[in-house]
Amino acid sequence: MLKLSRYVLYDILRNKIVIAYTLFLFIVSFSMFRMEENGSKALLSLLSIVLIVLPLVSLVFTTIHYFNSYEFIELMLSQPLSRTRILLSEYAGVCLSLLSAFWMGVGIPVLVFSPDPTGLALLFTGTSLTVVFTSIAFLAAVRSRDKARGIGFALLLWFYFALIYDGLVLLILFSFSEYPMEKFTLLLSALNPIDLGRIFIMLKMDISALMGYTGALYKDFFGSGQGVLFTAGIMGLWAILPLWGALRSFKRKDM
Amino acid sequence: MKVFFTILCSAWVLFSSGTSIIVGPGSPVRSLKKAIELAKEKDTIRLQAGLYKEGTLILTKSLTLIGDNNPVLDGEKKYEILLISGKNITVQGIVFRNSGYSAMNDYAAIKLVDCSRVTLDRNTILDAYFAIHVSNSVHCIIRNNRISGVPTSEQLTGNGIHLWKSDHALIENNQVQGHRDGIYFEFVTASTISNNRSEKNIRYGLHFMFSNDDTYRNNIFRDNGAGVAVMYSKKVRMEKNHFEENWGASAYGILLKDITDSYIGQNSFLKNTVGIHMEGSSRIEICQNQFRNNGWALKVQASCDDNVFHHNNFTGNSFDVGTNGTLVLNKFENNYWDNYEGYDMNKDGIGDIPYHPVSMYSMIVEQNPTTLMLFRSFMVSLLDKAEKAIPSLTPENLFDNKPMMKKLPL
Repeated sequence: MLKLSRYVLYDILRNKIVIAYTLFLFIVSFSMFRMEENGSKALLSLLSIVLIVLPLVSLVFTTIHYFNSYEFIELMLSQPLSRTRILLSEYAGVCLSLLSAFWMGVGIPVLVFSPDPTGLALLFTGTSLTVVFTSIAFLAAVRSRDKARGIGFALLLWFYFALIYDGLVLLILFSFSEYPMEKFTLLLSALNPIDLGRIFIMLKMDISALMGYTGALYKDFFGSGQGVLFTAGIMGLWAILPLWGALRSFKRKDM
Repeated sequence: MKVFFTILCSAWVLFSSGTSIIVGPGSPVRSLKKAIELAKEKDTIRLQAGLYKEGTLILTKSLTLIGDNNPVLDGEKKYEILLISGKNITVQGIVFRNSGYSAMNDYAAIKLVDCSRVTLDRNTILDAYFAIHVSNSVHCIIRNNRISGVPTSEQLTGNGIHLWKSDHALIENNQVQGHRDGIYFEFVTASTISNNRSEKNIRYGLHFMFSNDDTYRNNIFRDNGAGVAVMYSKKVRMEKNHFEENWGASAYGILLKDITDSYIGQNSFLKNTVGIHMEGSSRIEICQNQFRNNGWALKVQASCDDNVFHHNNFTGNSFDVGTNGTLVLNKFENNYWDNYEGYDMNKDGIGDIPYHPVSMYSMIVEQNPTTLMLFRSFMVSLLDKAEKAIPSLTPENLFDNKPMMKKLPL
């Protein structure tokens, strides 16, 4: 399995897109820290990169990679190897390459310029979102028939998680504004990994604002050790469940 | 002969003013109560180190009471420790502890009733219900005291320094913590509160009601349950104070309710849920303050008018200004806003386009606080951008016409 993952990694590194992605992240992070006079404003700008660009790149890159290495996968399937093993190696290879891009591109500047709790929360969120969206992309790719549909589906998913879901939440919160929705918003936040990651960072960044009213509930919940476990656990579920779904369909798939 | 006798008497009174009585375990007078009985006007009582449990002491003569090496007066959780009513009295360097609690009376460690020119200096008050309680007094000085209570609930804890119907008081260099309100003023006029530190009180660090013409400066109010409240007063000057880390659903750096003709200048507001919350306030000048890392730097309700905000620095706040309506009768000018995205073509240091400090999203949160969950999401920034281009929800008259390009040196 390790051998297979290594081949996948070499393959990805050879087509240079990941290197370009790393450079892009690094230049953006570095210039933000140089441009803004205080680190927290730079982190704020990086927050949007982590919440928007990271899921998008993870989704699209993974889908394209899957379809590009379709022949390689077919070749592997002709070998005495289990399907689970092949897909997991693919996943590990893609995930590791994206993660190393994130750590080098964003991790190093953050650790150099702003190694505080907010910075670490940003790195945690970025790491989780990369893992989660790679896994979601695998589900989308395995279930789609061809490359165009796969990418389309991935983009749709990104659109849903990054934008539509928040719109729906806003709609729900306004429709039911007469009811006590505080606890319910905790559930709503768990249903979108981007929101969960965002709230996790906000607890460090906007703690003063969050202490008012509803926010105090978040602080009590997410701020406690239990809350950190909860966040990590839900993120873990978001990574494992789609991957498990992908494995299930991959095993039954007529290639 | 009679005249001569009178002169002799008055001379005797005059010259005897320096006598001092020493109270302590090793001296002839062992009880403070006894010493107060023995003492004549203008005497000095020197209380030696030791533990004194004498119930309630009543002091009405013009005496100076000085503690040497921190003598302790203990109220055994039953008594009011020292009741002062008179003039020209000084109490200095004594430790008061365990004063009584009563739901009926405001028991205090030191209570001043109908006093004038009383000075309380360098005392320490521990575990009191009310620590210092002043009523109907003039020209009193409370300075250098250390007051620390054990906070339980708002009902079971009294105020640290409580003044009612007094004037010309000076409250200086005190440290108050763990009470209901750190410093409480009701019907107190022409008084000064300076260089105090009021923290970790369960309600307000400073609470002001119906108190006109007062000044407070150079104080630090930190981590109080609800910050500082100034209500129903006129002509209050608040200068160079620090308001820090007052966190909670109804915690404010300063809560201003029905305040008129006042001045708030050179203060710093750091990490409060709301820096200044204003309601029904008019003609207040707010200038040269620093607002850093607050949830909301300002919440100006639509019921405020003729207030001027100028030359303040707003940096790192989650929201700059929040309001609850579209009516704006206040003026913002020459402030520095770190969220300002304008430009300065003629290089005069003033931005060429006005800055609107109220974002669409802060209006949404004001209406529906649960939506705070969506803060800093892509959705919300899109909404804010759209609102900036075509304002509909935000009050269009609330803007800073001359925003500064550079942070003001404050």
